[in-house]
Amino acid sequence: MNDTEKKINLFDELSKDYRFREGFHTCINCGTCTAVCPAAEFYKYDPRQIVNIVQTRDNEQIENLLKSDTIWYCGECMSCVTRCPRTNGPGLVIMALRDLSARLGYFTESEKGRQLLPLTHIMTNNILNYGYCVHPKTFKWEEHKESGPVWKWHTEHLEKSLERQGANYMGDGPGVLRKIPQESLDELKAIFDVTGGTERIKDVENYSAEKAKELGISLEEYEKQAFEFCSDKHFNH
Amino acid sequence: MISQGKQKIWSDYQKEIPDDHWYYVRSCIRQNFFPASEKMFTEITKKVLHKDLYETPHHTTCGGIAYHCDTIPQETAMTIVARQFALMTEAGYENYVPSCITSFGNYAEILETWHEFPELEAKIREDLWKACRREFNKPKYLAHSSDLIFHWRNEIAAKAKHHLVNKETGEPLKIVEHIGCHYAKMFPHKGVGGAEYPYVLAGMIDSWGGQVIDYPERRHCCGYGFRQYHVKANRSYSISNTWKKFESMEPYHPDAIITNCPGCPYFLDRWQYVIAEQTGKTYGENGFGIPVLTYEELAGLVLGYNPWDLGLQLHQVAVEPLLDKIGIEYDPKAKYVGLNQEDLLRPELPSSLKCF
Repeated sequence: MNDTEKKINLFDELSKDYRFREGFHTCINCGTCTAVCPAAEFYKYDPRQIVNIVQTRDNEQIENLLKSDTIWYCGECMSCVTRCPRTNGPGLVIMALRDLSARLGYFTESEKGRQLLPLTHIMTNNILNYGYCVHPKTFKWEEHKESGPVWKWHTEHLEKSLERQGANYMGDGPGVLRKIPQESLDELKAIFDVTGGTERIKDVENYSAEKAKELGISLEEYEKQAFEFCSDKHFNH
Repeated sequence: MISQGKQKIWSDYQKEIPDDHWYYVRSCIRQNFFPASEKMFTEITKKVLHKDLYETPHHTTCGGIAYHCDTIPQETAMTIVARQFALMTEAGYENYVPSCITSFGNYAEILETWHEFPELEAKIREDLWKACRREFNKPKYLAHSSDLIFHWRNEIAAKAKHHLVNKETGEPLKIVEHIGCHYAKMFPHKGVGGAEYPYVLAGMIDSWGGQVIDYPERRHCCGYGFRQYHVKANRSYSISNTWKKFESMEPYHPDAIITNCPGCPYFLDRWQYVIAEQTGKTYGENGFGIPVLTYEELAGLVLGYNPWDLGLQLHQVAVEPLLDKIGIEYDPKAKYVGLNQEDLLRPELPSSLKCF
């Protein structure tokens, strides 16, 4: 018995996740999910194999999966859910694996897993500060040059351009891009506190800080690398 | 017999959509990238069709993008949604319409999960009470905002100033539709036509005079992939999937693309620009791209709205070739001005993709 098996049964942990209970039944290894998967075409990724590994209930193999790049390749489009002839949802299994990897800190062991730190900061800061997942104050052209010269122009004239579009940017009352009232933002913060959202942010930050220390780099450098660096080992072609 | 069989199958994919009294919640992505589309939705609903549509400034993100970026626990996402339902309940509504496919999928997933696991719903009710002192009823009807435009498509057609017809040839315009993965791939019975015969956008095209184009990768993801776009290191996933769709639709020479999802119009529009700049390849005619429109933008054009009031100037792919084909008049000088004709200068022009 290895250290992990003494500490925690990973299959049992996964089974507590409602997405896992919805998405994991009996896999017949037909590979339909892989055939229809956009990520499988692009990355060295095979959802059939992931579900099969989980199905073995082998703790060591599941631990390796949780520490790998593999579980972070999925785009959560859920095309697999439609097509599985046994009503599995490999995409839901992936969500449960990612959640467990985040809880246990295993995500820091892979390049794609380490992206969880910048992603967490982008998403949760937008939600808690503005009440949106995406917001003009943080979606900058400099970080998104694919948004084109029209977006550069739009952001250079943001308030007037949005006014022309009929938005209520940072205004009171209803409408497009309105300012979410502070009492509503306070409720979102309370929801995060009660439901584990705040704890998850702290866990991701703490595990990432430990890994940055192990790698001998600052947390800022760790986060920048995670956001920008892509090695060529991931791709099919 | 075959016809009767098809009718029976089709009847299984219908969705009940009440005609009036909807509680509206907005989309994070669409408010940023296609702000006038949501403005147009409220305009069509309230001012053109005289329906009751209510919105409170206190509603927030549903958390769906953060959830599918795996940055918030399921319980957090569910409780944010429970608060949205509480606001609906307090406002006295029971028909719930989100303006976002990610949200629509999120709401559908949560309602189904609560149905399967009532103890989880009870836990979320406790969490919401602890956090916000609120209680909620679940919506009686859940529809995406495109479901409503689909439901009203013939009323819109009856008021049409333009049809999706080439004014020179008299032929129907060839339109590609993209319904977005989370509309019906997870819960087919929640979408018009299900996952097999999605008709929500195709129905609009049919009613407004266009011709729906089928192509091999019609149901392939636009390439958003949540973390595969929001993290800079992953964006090649996103553009590669979009490229696959364009290569597949290219032989059918579509005049335009109509989209359902918040992210899809952005990716199908912007990655055309990047593909053109990187490779020199363009998919429209004469060096232009294929215009990509939201369903509200298309409805607005059909109803005769000024293209610049619809926000079509925020697209990177020029829409003018489509406007010219339909015969819609527009003022090129007014494209980039602010309110009261204020001069806001102009965007730079891409080097490969032809734009105005």
